Amino acid sequence: MIPPSFYAITLAIFAAAAAGLVGSFALMKRTVLAGDVISHIAIPGLGLALIWNINPLVGGATTLLIGTIIIWQLEKKTSLSSEAAIGVIFSSSVALGALLINSNEELIDALFGGFGILSYGEFTFGIVASMFVIATLLILRHKLIIGLFSEDLAVATKINTRILHLVFLLVFALTVLLGLRFLGALLAGSLIIIPASAARQFSHTLGMFLSLSMLIAVLSVGIGFAVASIYSLSTGPTIVMVAAVFFILSLARKTK
Amino acid sequence: MRHMPLVLDVQNLSVALGGHHALSNVSFGIEEGETLVIIGPNGSGKTVLLRTLLGMLPSTGKIEWNPSARIGYVPQKIEADRHLPISTINLLRAKAKILKFPDSDILHALHSVGLTTRIAQIPVGHLSGGEFQRALIAFALLGKPTILLFDEPTASIDKPGEEQIYELLHRLQDEYRLTAIVISHDLSFVYRHATKVLCLNKVNVCFGTPKEALDIHMLETLYGGPHKYFHHLHDHTHHS
Repeated sequence: MIPPSFYAITLAIFAAAAAGLVGSFALMKRTVLAGDVISHIAIPGLGLALIWNINPLVGGATTLLIGTIIIWQLEKKTSLSSEAAIGVIFSSSVALGALLINSNEELIDALFGGFGILSYGEFTFGIVASMFVIATLLILRHKLIIGLFSEDLAVATKINTRILHLVFLLVFALTVLLGLRFLGALLAGSLIIIPASAARQFSHTLGMFLSLSMLIAVLSVGIGFAVASIYSLSTGPTIVMVAAVFFILSLARKTK
Repeated sequence: MRHMPLVLDVQNLSVALGGHHALSNVSFGIEEGETLVIIGPNGSGKTVLLRTLLGMLPSTGKIEWNPSARIGYVPQKIEADRHLPISTINLLRAKAKILKFPDSDILHALHSVGLTTRIAQIPVGHLSGGEFQRALIAFALLGKPTILLFDEPTASIDKPGEEQIYELLHRLQDEYRLTAIVISHDLSFVYRHATKVLCLNKVNVCFGTPKEALDIHMLETLYGGPHKYFHHLHDHTHHS
C-alpha cells in the first residue's frame, strides 16, 4: 500500500518543476508581481466553493480564470489607473474571500494550503497540468524570448504578442492553481518567484537559468516536506522558507 | 535613368495616434538597391513611419510592398535589461526556430556583422553599444531580407563606432544587394550614402535625391531657423 503522502509529495514535485519554469520566464518578463496578485483572486473562489460544497479547486480555478483575463485586459493600458485597478481588484478579492469563508480553520487552509486528503482525480489532474505547463513553455520559449527582449522585434518576427501574453498568464494561473493545494493562496506565488530569483543569481546562460530555477523549486519542495514531517511543521510555509534560504544563499554568492 | 521595380510605394499615408495626426499625406517610393534616408526633427514621425510600414500601427492611404520583399528591421536602441540572461545566440536561434531557417543561417548572420561566437554568447545587456547594434543587425539579417529598415543606427554609439556601423551597413548593402530605409540625424550620412532623402515633419517636407531635395531653405523649413546642420552641409561641400 502506497502511503497517501507519496501522492502528495509526487504531485508537489511536479508542480514545483512547473512553477520554477514559469517563474524564470515571469522574472524575465518582469510580470512577477502582476502574476503574484493573480493568486489572490483564487480566495473568493475557494470561499464560494466551500459555501456551495464543491471542490475548492474548482472554485479557485474559476475565479483565477476570470482574474487572469481581467489582468490581461487591464495591462493593455499602461496607465496608473489600470495599475491601481489591478491593485484594488486583488486586495478586495482577499477581503471578499475572508468574508465568504466564515470558519477560521478553512480560511487558514485557503490562505496557507490544506484541504484534507488528495483524491485520485486531483492527483491525476495535477500531474497532467504540471506537464502541460512545462510543455507549453518549452514550445513557446523561442517566441517568449524574443517577446521579452523587444516587443517591436517580436511583432516584426510575426509573433502575436497579445495572444502570447494571454497564454503565458493562463499558464501562470494554472501553476498558481497547482500550488494552491499545498501552499495556499498567499504562498502559491512564492514557489514561482523565489526559486527563479535565486537561480538568476547563480546562472549566466539562459539554459542554466531555466534548469536551475526548476531544480531549486523541486529541492525546496523535497527538503520542505522532509523538514516539515520531521519537526511536525505546516508543509506550505516550510517549503517557502526553504526556498527563501536558497535565495539568501544566492545573494551571498552574488556579492562575492 | 534607371528603371528598377519599386520595392515600396507609399501614397497619401496618414497615421493618427491618440487623436493626433502623427503623419499626414506622406508619399514616396523606393526602388531596388536604393538607400532612402529619412530625416526630420524629434517628434516628426520618423519612427512612427517605420513602424507603420511594418504594419504595427493603423493607417490610411496606400503602403504597397513588392510581393518579393523580405523585410529586416533594426529598431531604435532597445534598453537591454542588464539582468536578462539572453545572448545574441539565444535571440538568433529563437528567430531561426520560429521562422524555420536552418542553423547555418545563424553563423552566416553573425559573420556578416563581424561578431564572434564568443561575443554572441555574452548576455546582450553586457555588450558594448557597437556590439549590441551589430547583434540587432544580425537579427535583422537572419532570413536574408531584401530590404532593411534601420531606425537611428548610431543613436547610442560613439563617433568611431558610428563610422564602423555606417561602413558595415554599406558593405551589407553590397553583399546582400539590399535596399535600405534609414532614419538618421546625421546629414553627412545623407550626402554620402543616400540615393533618396525624405524630410519629414508630420508631413512630407521634401522628397528626392539629396542634391535636388535638400537646400538651406529646405533645412530651415524642416528644423526651424538657422541650425547646426548647416555646418554639416558646409563641411560636406569642402570635403567632397
